[in-house]
Order: sequence, then structure tokens, then C-alpha cells
Amino acid sequence: MTTLPLTPTPAVPTGPGRGAASGTSGRTRLQRWVPWAVAGGSVVVAFLVLLVAATPTVASVVALAAVTYLVVLTVVSRVVEGPRWATDRLATTLVTFAFGIALIPLISLLWTVVSKGAKVFGPTFLNTNMVGVFGDMTEGGVYHAIVGTVLVTAAAAVISVPIGILTAIYLVEYGRGPMAKGITFLVDVMTGIPSIVAGLFAFSLFTLIFGPAYRAGIMGAVALSVLMTPVVIRSVEEMLRLVPNELREAAYALGVPKWLTIIKVVLRTAIAGIVTGVMLAVARVIGETAPLLLTVGIITKVNWDLFDGRMTTLPVYAYNQYSQGGAGVDRAWAAALTLILIVMLLNVVARLISKFFSPKASR
Amino acid sequence: MAVLSPAKTKQNSEDEPAVKRSKGGLVGRLFHGLSAAAGLTILLTLAAVAGFLVLRAWPALTASPAELQEISWFRADSLLAYVGPLIFGTLLASVIALLVAVPLSVGIALFISHYAPRRLAQGLGYIIDLLAAIPSVVYGLWGALWLAPALNPIFEWMTSALGFIPLFAGYQPPAKNILTASIVLGVMILPIITAVAREVFLQTPRLHEEAALALGATRWEMVRMAVLPFGRSGLISASMLGLGRALGETMAVLMILSPGFLYSFFLLKPGQHQSIAANIAAKFPEASGLSVSALIATGLALFVITLAVNMFARWIISRRSEFSGAN
Repeated sequence: MTTLPLTPTPAVPTGPGRGAASGTSGRTRLQRWVPWAVAGGSVVVAFLVLLVAATPTVASVVALAAVTYLVVLTVVSRVVEGPRWATDRLATTLVTFAFGIALIPLISLLWTVVSKGAKVFGPTFLNTNMVGVFGDMTEGGVYHAIVGTVLVTAAAAVISVPIGILTAIYLVEYGRGPMAKGITFLVDVMTGIPSIVAGLFAFSLFTLIFGPAYRAGIMGAVALSVLMTPVVIRSVEEMLRLVPNELREAAYALGVPKWLTIIKVVLRTAIAGIVTGVMLAVARVIGETAPLLLTVGIITKVNWDLFDGRMTTLPVYAYNQYSQGGAGVDRAWAAALTLILIVMLLNVVARLISKFFSPKASR
Repeated sequence: MAVLSPAKTKQNSEDEPAVKRSKGGLVGRLFHGLSAAAGLTILLTLAAVAGFLVLRAWPALTASPAELQEISWFRADSLLAYVGPLIFGTLLASVIALLVAVPLSVGIALFISHYAPRRLAQGLGYIIDLLAAIPSVVYGLWGALWLAPALNPIFEWMTSALGFIPLFAGYQPPAKNILTASIVLGVMILPIITAVAREVFLQTPRLHEEAALALGATRWEMVRMAVLPFGRSGLISASMLGLGRALGETMAVLMILSPGFLYSFFLLKPGQHQSIAANIAAKFPEASGLSVSALIATGLALFVITLAVNMFARWIISRRSEFSGAN
């Protein structure tokens, strides 16, 4: 770090020197409108070139225009402003393009899911199950899958939320020394467990106890809770650390025991953040497919019993319909749309809760 | 005095709560114990994951090659020979995904932290986080039904123009090859790497940045000399976290890639590669007996690899937090 300032120092005298050498006094910069003009020009040129060479599509015009813009602006800037500013402009353009490129999958994905999912999505789709649907029938829906997803995810939350909150309390309020450090490390490691390994774990555990043919929603819930617990711990821990120490000290000064302080003061202050964290964790695991594919499986009718028999969940349903092909693909898209709507709803509600109910003291 | 004495008597009468306090101490100890027990569950869970996987994989690990040959899909001399190409496919897909995602993530993180207008920055961060919220099965659908057809003309051009390089030779439509799968994986790990990189870049000491600018550096020179060196180790660990995620990702690979079991660098050919996770998901529903054990054994290999990668990433992060003045 200390060597850092040394590198730019020799650049300082040469910088203006070069600017002066290039002709004009002081440094010449491009006018503000030049990049915009270059951008507009490149789009027109790209369109014309493609009109002559091939049929222009939106994607190809944008791609060619981007490359043209990059080259032309860098060259113009190099001639007028000098190499250092040309590099700077190139970097700015590339960084902005990186963001633009990241928007391509997001927009195209959301657009495809909405436009293709809308084909069969609707109240009937949400209200029927797959009993008696076969071949090229376009009927059938996701009612049983929604029931399964809600039950399995709720069970996973029931397992992992208490463990997660208590562990976070331990780490923030009690944990000192090697054990707390070790648990923090293990939580980090646990965050990285692949979802399919969590599925294999739940499968191994339950089939060892209940026999090799056992399949039930609870297996999926255990697998999901392995994935969910570290996420809950992380976010709750962060929220608890935001609670100002003055609040704890004020409670201790009034003679309130530590455990009561934690419950009545710390948790009360952080509750909005905790709820947000839990909802985001639920949103993360609700779309998990692989562990449920291994443990919960798929079935055509509604199963309300978490402890007996296969269940259908939305992600597995979407995968299953996709692999069936034909009319199933439409149902897969509609199921994906349902899933995305649920996830987005959870995300939005979580953000709203944290926005409106978080304590002002943490700012 | 008259004010003090009632206070004093009150304090004396507070001796009763002192008795209550020791009772509170009992509940407090219980509460302490409960939260410590919850912490221990984490340790136990990880141990149980490893333990049960080893237990169930044991029959396959100790089985003779002849016994393994009886599994219908098992066409290798030993378990190691079977899992080798799978590990290769997993690593290849993840490394390409990293090559796609890391430069983009660095660009996006820089855009959000240093280039975008400050008022927009947080909103732009949310947009990238949206990518992380999308379920993997939806990525699989999108990759197989939208991206693969969209990449088709590009791949056709690549194999005809760059086909002399073995990497790009032999493309056959549809684009159900490892490159398509890796691109989708790259999009999936993009938000994770971006989030960490953004945090690290924002932690760059403001004085370093201002010093660089004051010495006449352009914005890019400031980024190159102050921000990137500061964030290097954070970037490495972010990439490792992304790698860990890509290694274990199942659905995207399962739905996009047409599988094969070869050590092959033909990125555009279908039927050459398969990842461990996708292989398990594809074969598990119909498996029974020894084949379940064999699949769990491959899952154990995946677990060990991701564990190593994640531990390495965390080690870099913890080393960094000891060094840097920012934390």
C-alpha cells in the first residue's frame, strides 16, 4: 500500500508535458456531446452496414454499434486528448458495457418467463392438479405443487429459523474464544455446501432410519434447512451487530439480566431486520430443485402429509414438465412464472419490512 | 439527605431482586446453554453430512470392479475411473463460468462503486441482486429454450471461423454443449462475485483515491492504482466463492448439457462432458442398491472439492481482514 503513491508521481510531470507537446496549450478535452454523437453515429452506421450485408436484427445492430463506438471513441480521444485519456474513456465504456451485458440475461429471462408463462398461467392453472393429465392435454396445473412447496419450505423454516437465530445470538452476545471462531468458520463453510449434497445427506439420513423406499416432504425440509440455516445465521448476526451497545448497557444498568436484555431489547430492536433476513433466506431456498428432486420426488395429486409419501414442489414440477416436452413445456414456463412471482413477492415484502420497520438508531 | 435516604432504602430493598437475579442467572444459563447448543448443531450438521455420505458411499468405495460393473450405467474399470471424467467436466464448466463471470463482475462492481451516479448506485445493486433471486430451475429453462437457440448462430460462426483451434471444432446444433452450460453458470454466479467485489471496492480508503486523483491520475488510473490493488485479495476470494457455487450447481447443467463421459476439450461438441451434480440428479431417481452408493460416492467427491475451495476462499478473506486497515 505504501508504495502506491510512488507510481503515479513520475506520471505527473509527463502528463501535462505530453498535452503541451500535442500542440494546444493546456490539455484539450473532448466536448461533452462528442461521446453521444459517436454513439448515435455508430448505431446508424451499424444499421446501414447490416442492411447491406445481412438482415439487421436488434441484437446484431446493438452489438456492432457497441464495437464501433468503442473503437471510434478511443481513436478520436487518442488523437485529440492523448493516450491516457483515451485509456480512461475505453475503461469507462467497458465498465458501462459490463453492466449493460449483465442486464441482457436478466431482461431476456424475465421477458421469456412472463411471455411464455402467460400462455397457460391463470386461476385455473393455479387451482388444478395433474390428476388425469396425460399425453398432449393442455389442462393441469400447479395447485398440488404450490401446496408442496409451501409445506416443505415452511417446515424447513421451522427447523432452521430457531437454530439460526439462537446461533446468531450465541455468536454476537455470548461467543468468545475458539468455539465462536470455529462456528463462524463452519457457518461460512456450510454456506458453500452444494444443494445436491444437502439432498444426498437428507436421503442418506432418512433412508437409513426408515428404509430405502421412504420418501416424504420432511426429507426435503431437512435438506433445505441445511442450506437455509447458514443464510439465516449470517443475516441475523448482521442485524444483531447493528443494535447499538448503548441499548444493552442501558438495560444492564437497570438491572435487567442478560437473557432478558437479549429477548426484550436486542431482539426487539432487530426484529424487522431479522424478519427481512428470514424472508430472503426463504426466497433463496424456495427455488431449490436438486435436493427436492432426490428426496421428495413428484406426484400428480395433492399430498398434505409432510411425513408420508411423495410431494410435488414447484421447481421439481417445472423440471419434470420440461423433461416431458410437448405441452409440458408450456406448463413448465407457467410454473417458472409462478415461482418467480412468489420469489419476487417475498423479496419485495422483505425489503418493505426492512425499510419501514427498521429502527432509526441504526442509521 | 432527605433525597438520598429513600434512594438508599430503595437500594436495600433491591436486594430482593438480587435474589431474583440469581434466579435470572439460572434462566440466563439455560439461555446461554441453548444458544451454544444451537451453535453446536452447526458443527454436528456438518459432521453428519460428511458422516452419512461416507457411510452410504462405503459399499461402493469397497466394492470390487466386478460388482460395480453390474450397475447398468457403469462403464468404467473402477470408481475412480468413473468419477474422473465427472470431476473434469465439473471443473471445466466451473472454470469457464469463472472466466465469463469474473471480468464482467469486476466491471459491474466498478460501475456501481465508482462510475455510476451515486444516487443510482444502490438501485443498480438491487438489479444485479435480482439475478441471484431467480431459481436455478428457471435458469435451466431459460438456458435450454432461449439461450441455446440464441447462441446457435454465434457458435456456428465460431466453429467455421475458428474451427482450426480444437477448442471450437465440431459444433453441432442444438447448442447443448458445455459452453452454453458454462455461460448460464457464469450468469448465475455473477451476482455473488459482484456483491463481494462491490463491497471490497467501496472499502478502498478514500484518501488513496483522492491522492491518486490529486496527482493528476485519470479515473481509470485511480482505479488501477488505488482500487484494484486494494481489492485484489477480496476479488480472489469472491471468485473462489463463485467457483464453489458453480461446482455444485445442478439444474442448469442438467437441463442444458447433453451428457458424455470423456476428458475432452471440445467446448462446442455435445455429448462430451457431464458434471457430478447433474449426473447424480439425472441417475438418482431410478437408482437403487449399489448404484445409489456409487452416486453418493461421487457426491462425496463433490462435497470434498467444494469444501476445499470454500475453505481456501474463507482463509484468504480472514487473512485479508487481519492485514487491511479497513476492517
